[in-house]
Amino acid sequence: MMSEEIKWEKESDMPLMAMSLGRMTVNKTGSWRNLRPVIDKEKCNKCGICWKFCPDVSIEIDSEDYPVVILDFCKGCGICAVECPKDAIGMVKEA
Amino acid sequence: MRYTIPEQEIMCAGHKACQGCGATLAMRYALKALGPKTMLTLPACCWSVIDGPFPYSSVGVPLFHTAFETAAAVASGIRAGLDMRGDTETNVVAWAGDGGTFDIGIQALSGTVERNDNVIYVCYDNEAYMNTGVQRSSATPWGAVTSTTPPRHFKQERKKDMMAIMAAHGIPYTASASVAYAEDLIRKVNKAKQIPGSKFLHIIAPCPPGWRSSPEITIQLARLVVQTHMFPLYEIYEGHYYKLSMDPKKKPLTEYLKPQGRFRHLTEEQVAEIDRQVDERYARLKEQAERSKPWFEAKKEKKD
Amino acid sequence: MQKVMMGNHALSWGALLSRAEVIAAYPITPQTEVVELLSNMCADGSLKAEFIKVESEHSAMAASMGASAAGARTFTATSAQGLALMHEVLHWATGARLPIVMGNINRAMAPPWTIWTEQTDSIAQRDTGWIQIYTSSIQEILDSVIQAYKVAEQIYIPAMVVLDSFVLSHTNENCEVPDQDKVDAYLPRFENAYKLDTDKPAAFGGLTGPDWYYELRYKIERDIQKALLLFEETGKEFEEMFGRYYGLIETYKLDDADVVLVTSASIASTARPVIDQMRSEGHKVGLIRIRVFRPFPSELLRKLLSGRKKVLVVDRNISFGMSGAFYAEVKAALYNVKGRPPMWGYIAGLGGRDVPMDVIKGMIEQTMKEDHPTQDIIWIGVKR
Repeated sequence: MMSEEIKWEKESDMPLMAMSLGRMTVNKTGSWRNLRPVIDKEKCNKCGICWKFCPDVSIEIDSEDYPVVILDFCKGCGICAVECPKDAIGMVKEA
Repeated sequence: MRYTIPEQEIMCAGHKACQGCGATLAMRYALKALGPKTMLTLPACCWSVIDGPFPYSSVGVPLFHTAFETAAAVASGIRAGLDMRGDTETNVVAWAGDGGTFDIGIQALSGTVERNDNVIYVCYDNEAYMNTGVQRSSATPWGAVTSTTPPRHFKQERKKDMMAIMAAHGIPYTASASVAYAEDLIRKVNKAKQIPGSKFLHIIAPCPPGWRSSPEITIQLARLVVQTHMFPLYEIYEGHYYKLSMDPKKKPLTEYLKPQGRFRHLTEEQVAEIDRQVDERYARLKEQAERSKPWFEAKKEKKD
Repeated sequence: MQKVMMGNHALSWGALLSRAEVIAAYPITPQTEVVELLSNMCADGSLKAEFIKVESEHSAMAASMGASAAGARTFTATSAQGLALMHEVLHWATGARLPIVMGNINRAMAPPWTIWTEQTDSIAQRDTGWIQIYTSSIQEILDSVIQAYKVAEQIYIPAMVVLDSFVLSHTNENCEVPDQDKVDAYLPRFENAYKLDTDKPAAFGGLTGPDWYYELRYKIERDIQKALLLFEETGKEFEEMFGRYYGLIETYKLDDADVVLVTSASIASTARPVIDQMRSEGHKVGLIRIRVFRPFPSELLRKLLSGRKKVLVVDRNISFGMSGAFYAEVKAALYNVKGRPPMWGYIAGLGGRDVPMDVIKGMIEQTMKEDHPTQDIIWIGVKR
């Protein structure tokens, strides 16, 4: 499935009915947030709880098993910061 | 497996859910358990919007948007259609909010499960018609303020006991779950996948705008609602045998109610009344679980 | 194979021969025999279908949508209150482009309770985008189900085959039951090009704004209009295979007719001997039976009605506050034709009131007597 924006000029460009052709990853919800999570790798124990509880699939696990926030999509809800058992995540104001 | 839940993501980012949406987590977890060979029917509810506008989608599996009352009926139809075309493997799942389950959708749901159609019906419950602006549903708990139950006329009807209604249909598997207990939720979806017939899952899904709570405490609330015994997690087999998924030491109800604006107007007496209702119901549930113990024992012996 | 059967059973046979795979239906008088026979056919294995015994008509159409979306050929049947209850989902089936075929027994709407024939139930659904075929014989009912699938599945528009309550649903006529092999050759297996598919996951029916919803509606109209040609093509094909032609309309002694009676369903059947009688009396009268009401055969009617002296339309339905539906639409089709004939609109037979030959003759005679109609609706036989 593509994740590029789908643009139509005319009716014949469209499918027969309203059927999806792409994924919502075109929608960069990162622009919604006022606060951004910052992960302190020193404190992080790689438990993955932040990744588990993210409603926006906006935390990835890197090759060293550390969580990484996907800023394109993170809405800044703060769940990860609240749930982190090591207080390794702080929410900072977006510029 | 590194973590306590499957790692593969089926739902993707970029969806339209509010910050801290419990309903989204319910879907994310359910899909991890269901896998890609799954089809969803989705009536009018928050998820009708969350999935994204045409021509995009975020669930990553085939999804049939349908009219408000019809989730269960469409699921029955999809199941029959797939079966006739030789596909008895694909999971057919109706995914509805509390409105489309407890109220406008209850007839179709009753019909589908009375026929014991081989589908999984998941109700993600944010306890009001959230998508249309937080109007009360029969799933709204006693005491809650919604846009149609203002503080002076807060909801004075008790939450409809959907689990009991499903049990009364005698279906093979009924279970409640919470997005705070992801492992338990996923275990229950996996269980449902394996049992033929109708399965019903009731998932409590906190809604920050509707509950007037801060988005960051969604998981805390989904945990507290279980720990205060207000939304117990349990399974009902064959409509008759109850099993508690956990029996937490009860936390004070105020811990759950206070962070939510929808309960802010309640007096001490009213909170005490809610507490009484909670305790009464929980005690009954424990009795049912106790009574069911021999049945589970016998099943275990059969297995061993 | 020759078989005497009732109209309802002709629907069941049509579904059987079309190899319907999923049937989701709820009983209502006078449709019950349709689904009872289908249940028996499923039970004895002659019909390999899953019969979902839904708990309401709203769910019947919803389940039908699910089955069709999953790729199965789907059939249902209902009447009056049941059809009305399905209304919302009829719109949904069209918008979702699902070629479901449904039999509807035309029964008058309650209250008061009634079981007798009137077309208002299906007329009230004419805006939903469903193809509508108004039948007038048992043979036609059976054949129309098969033809309906053939047309519907080519353009992804659902279709309803409608028949008069009791007059057709419970009347027995001799019927030629087509060979299954021939039907299979005429109507191949349904392959839904837009089905739910885990290999190609897609969401169907997602939120669409004013920027593109309009175009999706345009597509529906463009495609339902294709049925005009498709009915004639598939009708010719049917004639080649089975010896019977079914197009958009049926004419009777029309060629040199000055006065044309336009009507539908069983009133049209009764009208034929009236035409014969009046012809023998020297009147140049003729008949058009409208069979396909949606899409409305405007062009064909313009061709056949231009130049006539007078036209009368008999409706066994009413759109309150306006007139009978066939009358309004025939008029509309002819409006821009230079020198169009004056048109009379008669209402008859509501609630199952009998419309015998002498009543039909009376309507034609009234039209012949007047120069132009003085009323928008002429009620026939009201006891006042």
